[in-house]
Amino acid sequence: MTILSRQSLRQRLPRTLRAALPAVALALILIAIFNLQPRARSYFGLNLLLNLSVPIVFATLAQMFVLTIGDLDLSVGGFVSLVACISVTHLTQTPWLGVLMLVGCVVLYGLLGALIAWRQLPAIVVTLGMSFVWFGLAVLVLPSPGGRAPAWLISTMGYRPPLVPLPIIIATLTAIVVFLAFMTTPGGVILRGAGGNANAIARAGWSLMRIRITLYVLAGCMGVISGLTLTGITTSADSNIALRYTLVSIAAAILGGSEFVGGKVSPIGAVLGALTMTLAASFLSFLQISPDWQIGVQGVILIIVLALRALLEWWERHA
Amino acid sequence: MKRYPWLWSFLGALAVWLVTIVVVEGRGAGATLTAALNFAVFYVVVGAGQMFVVTTGPGNVDLSIPANIALAGAVAMRVMDGNTLLIPVGIIAAVAVGASIGSVNFLLIYLLRIPPIIATLSSSFIIQSLAIAFGRGLRIRPPEPLADFTTARAFGVPFMTLAALLLTVLLSYVLRESVFGRSVTALGQNARAARLAGIRVNKTRWLTYTLCASLAGLTSVLLAAYSGGASLDMGNQFLLSSIAVVVIGGTSIAGGDANVPGLWGASLFLFLVVTMLNALGVSSGLRQMLTGLIIITIITLSSRRQAT
Repeated sequence: MTILSRQSLRQRLPRTLRAALPAVALALILIAIFNLQPRARSYFGLNLLLNLSVPIVFATLAQMFVLTIGDLDLSVGGFVSLVACISVTHLTQTPWLGVLMLVGCVVLYGLLGALIAWRQLPAIVVTLGMSFVWFGLAVLVLPSPGGRAPAWLISTMGYRPPLVPLPIIIATLTAIVVFLAFMTTPGGVILRGAGGNANAIARAGWSLMRIRITLYVLAGCMGVISGLTLTGITTSADSNIALRYTLVSIAAAILGGSEFVGGKVSPIGAVLGALTMTLAASFLSFLQISPDWQIGVQGVILIIVLALRALLEWWERHA
Repeated sequence: MKRYPWLWSFLGALAVWLVTIVVVEGRGAGATLTAALNFAVFYVVVGAGQMFVVTTGPGNVDLSIPANIALAGAVAMRVMDGNTLLIPVGIIAAVAVGASIGSVNFLLIYLLRIPPIIATLSSSFIIQSLAIAFGRGLRIRPPEPLADFTTARAFGVPFMTLAALLLTVLLSYVLRESVFGRSVTALGQNARAARLAGIRVNKTRWLTYTLCASLAGLTSVLLAAYSGGASLDMGNQFLLSSIAVVVIGGTSIAGGDANVPGLWGASLFLFLVVTMLNALGVSSGLRQMLTGLIIITIITLSSRRQAT
């Protein structure tokens, strides 16, 4: 009995550690920042540090929904940029037209999923092509930097709730809501199952086409929220405002425990990953290192976490 | 047509060229073609590397090419420092940078057991930072003879195009006849069968990623020489275009079936499409959008072709 329980503990430990990796990475970088700059520990400091994480959290969730079915979305950045451009122009000037355009964008995203499912196209190539389409549309909507976000959006993102800064509340609530809706409901199980074993789900009578469309529509919705919250913070936009989100969202989702085989995703991990990626950027400025290295450090963090994960997997197999 | 899938890309290029000639009323038709032959070289050389990677099987794509080109180009220009005698050293340096990047990519895939897309993506983050730190504000002009080589031509045919043609013939031979080339194809058709047949899978993967990154390094020198110096964003367009020329050229995106001649047709097509849109006076936003749509359309159509 004792041997049995010790064995199971030895097997469980690496798995638990692996699940805790995203949280550990975030905690480490937070501790490092607090040590370098004690003033960051205040309400105001945290608000400032995490403000720009809100749109990244939603962009990462968009990526996560696409990763669920084993696809990779290289158009997230272009899409969020387009949403931001619509937000600071049409949504402010003629709100109904702006809303209509955003709905159109989400519908297009769903059609994209339909096209990929219908012709069995490699998502990476299709979304790479779409990144040019979104970017081109963004340039057409907003040819030169500027515009102004709707007042309600700016005041929402500028809201200062008592005790806990807004970005932390948004991140926590989003993580909980998406976790409950995606990881604990029957619908979520089917959506994730299609990524894990498409044949099994198809044989059980579910339409893989509808599942892919649903996931792409969800991704589109997250992209829209990302673009809106972004302009709520920046108040104006330009056509390449969020292009870097494509790479950051993939890195953050992977950091948060999403895997490529499909089906294995983690909403809470994705949110933690997005926060870590945002903080990694600020961390450098506290060290007074040139922002040139910002993206490099994000790459290093990603590789370290992937290496740790590989190590823990090896341990799990040999335990 | 079915036996020669690359014919489509050449027909497409021809059609686009003819439309362009009609639009500009016949003015500069030859010059357009010469420019296309010149620019196609960049697409072809980068695309050839990507083609080898894609051919090794589903999920194999090198996303680090743009960062690679930025870094290798900056290194080459620094090493040459405008000195004619140092041209070979600079070229070797750029290819060496590429080869190292390819080896690192393979090591990440091999050691961390992560999909190539994630491996090349994470390495590209770091390479990009290196390129920014190393190449910022770099204002070194390429040595004159090198710059001249990239623009020199005889009877409207650029020398660079002839050199690239030779290179692709060589790569085509490697792909069809060498052990390495056949291993690449076998790996893409069925990785398990290839492994059981005694093919050295890891060695093949390593060579493939190194070849791809080395070719990107070589392209960076040509690009920098052609455009009068290395810039940090000169590789950006090659993420999409390297994958696009591979797919448009008739190479199977699922791996196991490469097509070298198609690279030329697809590269000419891609350049001529942009030329045509410019000739039509299309705005930059609309041009980007149409380029993306054309690529998606072609991929959709080519999937129908493979299915039948």
